[in-house]
Amino acid sequence: MRTFNLFKVAFRSLMRNKLRSFLIMLGIIIGVASVIAMLAIGEGSNQNIKASIASLGTNSIMVYPGNNMSGGVSQGAASNKTLRIEDVDAIKANCDLVNFVSPVDQKRAQVIYGSQNWNTTILGVTNDYLAIRSLTIAQGSTFTVNEDRTAAKVCLVGLTVVLNLFGDENYNPIGETIRINSIPVKIIGVLTKMGQNTFGQDQDDIIIAPFSTVQKRMMSSSMYINSILASGKSEGQVVDAVDEISILLREKHKIAPSDDNDFTVRTQSEISTVFGTISKVMTILLASIAGISLLVGGIGIMNIMLVSVTERTHEIGIRMAIGAKGKDILTQFMIESIVISFVGGIFGIVLGIVASQLVAKFGGWPVVITISSVLLSFLFSSAIGLFFGWYPARKAAALNPIDALRYE
Amino acid sequence: MKNPENLITVKNLVKTYKTGTTEVPALSDVSLTIDKGEFLAIMGASGSGKSTFMNILGCLDNPTAGTYTMEGIDVLGRSRDELAELRNRKLGFVFQSFNILPRTSALENVELPLLYNNTISPKDYGDKALDALKSVGLGDRVNAMPNELSGGQQQRVAIARSLVNDPIVIMADEPTGNLDSRTSYEIMQIFQKLNDAGITIVMVTHEPDIAQFAKTNIVFKDGKIIANEAVKERKNATEELKLIAQLSEEKSTT
Ligand SMILES: Nc1ncnc2c1ncn2[C@@H]1O[C@H](COP(=O)(O)OP(=O)(O)OP(=O)(O)O)[C@@H](O)[C@H]1O
Ligand SMILES: [Mg+2]
Repeated sequence: MRTFNLFKVAFRSLMRNKLRSFLIMLGIIIGVASVIAMLAIGEGSNQNIKASIASLGTNSIMVYPGNNMSGGVSQGAASNKTLRIEDVDAIKANCDLVNFVSPVDQKRAQVIYGSQNWNTTILGVTNDYLAIRSLTIAQGSTFTVNEDRTAAKVCLVGLTVVLNLFGDENYNPIGETIRINSIPVKIIGVLTKMGQNTFGQDQDDIIIAPFSTVQKRMMSSSMYINSILASGKSEGQVVDAVDEISILLREKHKIAPSDDNDFTVRTQSEISTVFGTISKVMTILLASIAGISLLVGGIGIMNIMLVSVTERTHEIGIRMAIGAKGKDILTQFMIESIVISFVGGIFGIVLGIVASQLVAKFGGWPVVITISSVLLSFLFSSAIGLFFGWYPARKAAALNPIDALRYE
Repeated sequence: MKNPENLITVKNLVKTYKTGTTEVPALSDVSLTIDKGEFLAIMGASGSGKSTFMNILGCLDNPTAGTYTMEGIDVLGRSRDELAELRNRKLGFVFQSFNILPRTSALENVELPLLYNNTISPKDYGDKALDALKSVGLGDRVNAMPNELSGGQQQRVAIARSLVNDPIVIMADEPTGNLDSRTSYEIMQIFQKLNDAGITIVMVTHEPDIAQFAKTNIVFKDGKIIANEAVKERKNATEELKLIAQLSEEKSTT
């Protein structure tokens, strides 16, 4: 049979069974769309997590009190009090591979300006912290070493704090005095806008004050510090810097060689690996949901094919009686399936992309559509469509014409 | 010695259907010669093996044993594809249940065998299909769907489809089984016209009056041919139809 005729026959057959063609297509459309959307959501959060982790500074090293190797992220750090400001000074003085180092004290506090009040996070750090986290000042200036040493009542504020205390993000608050836990503190700078991180935290909802100010005036204990943030001189030296810090702190804390550390040192890349794993698990989870919907779509296709197989077998019988060869029948069915899968696949891709964008727009969730997810779902659903179109046809084409005509 | 006029020769055909463990003998030792230009009617009780025989003649089914030659060439030794080609070029089929494709116009149904015939140029499809439809008197219903056609009209579409590749034989299994007598006669009129044009016709029928339009009648009983005789007073469908028209006219005038 001429190729052109095969296409003609296949198209006529598709048009003759519009509802059936549409239902099969629907299975493929939903399958492809859900795989693309799910993988886009998974990949989006994956990349977003990576980006947020990277924003901590690629060379950064975190030191937490206590020893908690499980899970990779320090838990219950506040209950372990082992780190002191002397540790920070020692690292600064002795560790050659460490570039910047800053103590970090963190607490929630009530902030008042006039009749406005706002609950926010107060960070007590040195200027090194700003360098490590690549934080910059939009207006005003950061605190001086002298201000740090003297526990001066000065601070830097994030834009969210400005908005909530002064009613306008664009208000220039430099020189205003606010009260943090009833201590009057003067605003000397405004931080550049950072936006939300992956976990939905508003990074602009923050006040940064000199470490000594927070330690001496706002924390209940002035002996210990929450954590230390440091950075390696270069990315390649981060691991060695970690060793340097560990050896130094063991020495300073007088830990016997047989004992475990009373602190935990983590690098940014370790943390990003942990979150990478979490997000991979999530992607797999989403992919399996998508896979299930693809399978359900496939079963739908199979059902429709099975129901129509009587009718189709009879049609095959008629075609064979008037001279169709087995391969003509098979090619016709293959073309039908390919057309359905292809058109369904295209619609599925479009729907998947639209759905992803809707999730991104209304759910505020990051999505990234990868070529591989498009290809994967397209190929997989096409394979399902092809198989369920081809398999019953192959069976029917192998029958005697008279058996196909009589099939019930 | 082969008679050059012999179109179909079958010898000692046996067909046994196996259903599970039981074997149903449908044909036992059937031999028959069909000449070119023959109009054969196959009669017999229900279950006597008529359809089984027809399906084997039409290369739609294989016999359990026996030989079958068409135009001197062995049929049974051919591959499935060769048989498909044979059915397409040389045979035309008309079934009791019409077997035309639903939701497909009369013209497209008739066009179908042409699509599977490489020797015909696509630009001739329309003309050939239209000619075939005209020859069965459906030239004015080419775009009708099967569900818009009466049973007789659907059967004519099937006949047009069987004609479109200029077959040498038309195989018809109870072509009038679902039609009233007047419509049946119209079908017989088409068959006689085709037969006069040189096409061999093999037809299964239950109705003795329909068999009277054929040239030869054979009778099956329990899978065997028990009678094979020329029709003595052969009826002419055109005249019979005239007669019916006269009768109904008389009825309506009185
Ligand atoms: N596919 C089949 N499987 C099993 N037995 C069959 C099959 N087809 C026909 N038979 C049996 O073979 C015998 C002959 O059947 P066939 O259809 O040839 O009869 P027939 O003469 O055409 O009858 P009718 O006039 O009712 O159409 C019957 O006994 C029937 O039950
Ligand atoms: Mg029968």
